[in-house]
Amino acid sequence: MTAIATAPAPAPAPAVRTRHLTPERRRRMLLAGVGVACVVMTLVSLMVGAVTYSPADVWHAVTGSGQGEGGFVITHFHLPRMLLCWVVGIGLAVSGGVMQGVIRNPLAAPNIVGVTHGAGLAAILVVHVLPTMPSSLIPVAAFAGGQLSIVVVYAAAYRRGASPARLALVGVAVGALCNAGILFLLVRYPLNSSAALTWLAGSLYARDMSSFWQILPWVAVLVPLLLHYAHRLDTLGLGDDLAAGLGEPVERTRLITLFLSVTLASAVVASAGTIGFVGLVAPHIARRLVGGRHLTYLPVAGLVGALLMLVADTIARGADPPLELPCGLITSVIGAPYFLYLLTKTGKAGGR
Amino acid sequence: MRLQAESVELAYDDKVIARDLSITVPDGKISVLIGPNGSGKSTALRALARLLKPNQGSVVLDGKSIHEMSTKEVARRLAILPQMLVAPESITVEDLVWFGRHPYRNSLRSPGSADKEAVEWALDVTGSTALRHRHVDQLSGGQRQRAWIALCLAQGTDLILLDEPTTFLDIAYQMDVLDLLHDLNRDQQKTIVMVLHDVNQAAEYAQHVFVLRDGTLVSEGDAESVLTCDMMRNVFGIESQILVHPVSGKPLCVPVKGRQRALADARLAPAV
Repeated sequence: MTAIATAPAPAPAPAVRTRHLTPERRRRMLLAGVGVACVVMTLVSLMVGAVTYSPADVWHAVTGSGQGEGGFVITHFHLPRMLLCWVVGIGLAVSGGVMQGVIRNPLAAPNIVGVTHGAGLAAILVVHVLPTMPSSLIPVAAFAGGQLSIVVVYAAAYRRGASPARLALVGVAVGALCNAGILFLLVRYPLNSSAALTWLAGSLYARDMSSFWQILPWVAVLVPLLLHYAHRLDTLGLGDDLAAGLGEPVERTRLITLFLSVTLASAVVASAGTIGFVGLVAPHIARRLVGGRHLTYLPVAGLVGALLMLVADTIARGADPPLELPCGLITSVIGAPYFLYLLTKTGKAGGR
Repeated sequence: MRLQAESVELAYDDKVIARDLSITVPDGKISVLIGPNGSGKSTALRALARLLKPNQGSVVLDGKSIHEMSTKEVARRLAILPQMLVAPESITVEDLVWFGRHPYRNSLRSPGSADKEAVEWALDVTGSTALRHRHVDQLSGGQRQRAWIALCLAQGTDLILLDEPTTFLDIAYQMDVLDLLHDLNRDQQKTIVMVLHDVNQAAEYAQHVFVLRDGTLVSEGDAESVLTCDMMRNVFGIESQILVHPVSGKPLCVPVKGRQRALADARLAPAV
């Protein structure tokens, strides 16, 4: 328990010490703080669970030296979830960051453009329509649902090009519709919904390496691909007319990057469930740390996303053992107030 | 003539703004499009800059249909500064101007000395060098507009199109921007096409004026031939007197307010 209580501390600590430093140095120290926190949380996440182990135990387990306690638990239960936190956090944060750039809306995130709820509805439909199917089909259905919902959103928003504002509005509408469908199915068929509910709450409970291996290829391929588009995304930020005037095929770039980021989010959500606020908050924190250039802030957003996931999942496992809280619930509980705090801060500083 | 629109029909969705509109931009001059609100002057400018594809007719750049050229290729020949400009959050002037090199960028190639020179030159010629590390959102209106113009100049094109570059600016900043464009035309032989609201500014700075009403070109030529009492009545629907600018000798339109129209007509103009 002590480990959890002290774990989130590294991030805010440098801020207090560096209050009188230049903004540039302060930013660098905060960035270093995020890096250190990531390393610390990775270790803590391996230690904490139904039974909490010491750093030495973790070392022995990971190196496979055969000494120390809990080798099996650490490598078979804690390690997969730590790795999963990394890929889920990176995937959601990069996807959300790209969407915020493409839709030019700071509130854009996988759940705003309808992807999360589309995936959720598909997952629940599969559970109810094909109750005999193995639960391993849920990720496949969720992935397809996420993809389908963005196709619907894009098509409905398209009128001589899909304007960012229309994409956001249609996305919210489609998301709400899917959410209504989810709620209806949950109320109508409450008995066989437990598998779907676990998924919807975004719990990483009892995940093994297979979830990690499902997500890893998507993150490994799509994140570098999106970074390749970084300077084009910067150009989109100047507005459609100026971007087009600078020779950017605006509509094509928007379609490609939106599709790639939605695919990334669908892949993550399909395996890990609906985890809220990481895709929304992590890019915001990253932009405050390193500014708005996609090439610099997307990787930082990935780090912050991973950190949020590690903190949330560690709390989920360690807060009330052996009971598990859903990780998605913790990210929302951490993310939402922090997001409000960010908004009030930018409102004061910016005001433009 | 490098840039022209040949009997284009322009429309937003189903709303037709202009039919059979032809505009030939004179090379090496400052051209200004004027006309009342909704006359299609901004629409025409967007069409010339290939931002709006004509339903019929074509826009021709250097002898080729502009929509058959790659948009990057067009961006190396023609720069457009739209009316609504949004600077990315906390970006410096220098970083903003670097966007002007986007048409030359290639994800596999890092910026070279030609890019660097173009950016330095654009900063210098717009008087923005000293502001290069300042954030765009901290600049005055005039300084900011200069930074945006520097972005266009960094594109290294001879053709520069601007949609109402003086809107939202105080009069001193308006003159500042127009003087800059005048110098760019005179010293760098840039062909400039812009939309302006103020007919007197058009008369002062334009070597060629296009007058639009309801999507048709009703007259064009130098300010002296275009800016007449009849034109102001027919196109803008106002009564006016055309004087001679005491310094530049260009025509100067002085509107007569509605209540005094009868008096003006009767040549009983003295103070009421």
